[in-house]
Amino acid sequence: MGEKYPELRANVIAILRSIAPEVEADELRDDRPLRQQVDLDSMDWLNFLIGISEQLKVSIPEADYGRLVTLGNLLDYLRAKLS
Amino acid sequence: MFDFTLPSLGADMDEGKLVEWKVKPGDAVCKGQVVAIVDTSKAAVDVEIWQDGVVHALLIEPGERIPVGTVMATLLDPGEKAPPKGGARAGKQAGERAPAVHGAAVAEGARLRISPAARKRAEVLGVDVARIEGTGPGGAVTLADIEAAAQPGVPKAAEAAPAVHAEADRNTEMRRAIAAAMSRSKREIPHYYLSETIPMARAQRWLSQANEGRPITERLLMAVVQLKAVAAALAQFPDMNGFFRDGRFEPVQAAHIGVAISLRQGGLIAPALHDVGSKPLDQLMRELADLVKRTRAGSLRSSEMSDPTITVTNLGEQGVEAVMGVIYPPQVALVGFGRIAPRPWVEVGALVAMPTVVASLAADHRVSDGHRGALFLAELRERLQRPEEL
Repeated sequence: MGEKYPELRANVIAILRSIAPEVEADELRDDRPLRQQVDLDSMDWLNFLIGISEQLKVSIPEADYGRLVTLGNLLDYLRAKLS
Repeated sequence: MFDFTLPSLGADMDEGKLVEWKVKPGDAVCKGQVVAIVDTSKAAVDVEIWQDGVVHALLIEPGERIPVGTVMATLLDPGEKAPPKGGARAGKQAGERAPAVHGAAVAEGARLRISPAARKRAEVLGVDVARIEGTGPGGAVTLADIEAAAQPGVPKAAEAAPAVHAEADRNTEMRRAIAAAMSRSKREIPHYYLSETIPMARAQRWLSQANEGRPITERLLMAVVQLKAVAAALAQFPDMNGFFRDGRFEPVQAAHIGVAISLRQGGLIAPALHDVGSKPLDQLMRELADLVKRTRAGSLRSSEMSDPTITVTNLGEQGVEAVMGVIYPPQVALVGFGRIAPRPWVEVGALVAMPTVVASLAADHRVSDGHRGALFLAELRERLQRPEEL
């Protein structure tokens, strides 16, 4: 499993772990829906995105939520926003 | 003078362990102030005082496990003078709480200070409490004093043995507490269940427009819209909101909605989001976020544990179609929401794909009938068609 953008991935997973401490970084698959792999309700999901937008200084409009299904989607999206 | 007792923090709690006092004798306290932290099977709870006063004496020691209703402290009413030192408290209560004043060790007229837990232990161990010199606040006889008196050869440190309370213990205790409350519910409450499929297109459209211009930290969740809609519907159906106690229903005007929050380590807590009907959505969103955070961190206030007048559970996040809930006694109703998803829907004679949600009601048949429940769900459906009014 080739992991995308290791540094960005590590940052994102650190933020995820602040909400779901039980997450193991190497058990997460980039190509599966994130909210199926990690038990995140809508409040957790919102807090996760708030964490990302605050720490990585990106704005994530609600209209974009639908594109952020897998961890891979999210990393691609953030990569594009950050470059 | 009045007594401060350990309040009931929900149907599944019958005792607690004092962790810490947040006040000391002489402190003025006001209604709603946190005076103690008490560990329960579900969380460490910040226990609030329910009236203004001045702390007179603390009767319970940190570390003591006490049943609900135990007098934890005595307080003076604002402006009241402290009784003269050593003077007996007037009235039957002083007598009630100090029946053991018979030994010579207690100065005449003085009230024996001993916590109920210590007294109970003393009875079990056959210790004459009057002969013990208390080491607690104001010379109160503590549990540790009793243990020490019963086993003079054993050093006091033996008391501290069961201190290692792991998370696993809390989980076991929580499981037991939930089992007790839910068994009681199924044993005592004749539930009836109803469900209604509610179109959510309007609410979704309204919500995405409302969120469009907002920074992410101020965005609203549909859960908040649903909670507010439940509160709005409850205003017209007071027979769904309140408590069934001592054989009769006590309606409550304000909708203190217990929000079912699952914990990551397992188990759940449904603390109150207070007075949902009277607060704007933005405020409810902030308060809900804070409540979820504190619930997961195990830091709740006593009023949040004891006040819920109805519970709302949202299992749609996990993808279920509908939930038929178990009422949390002494409440009389529970509203459940399933997953919001596009489903086939007939509108003006045409088949369309419509986002819908199944809302369900479990209600207490001693208090209301299916007909009322049906009207309540219809009202909830209508409220969700006019989100801009919430």
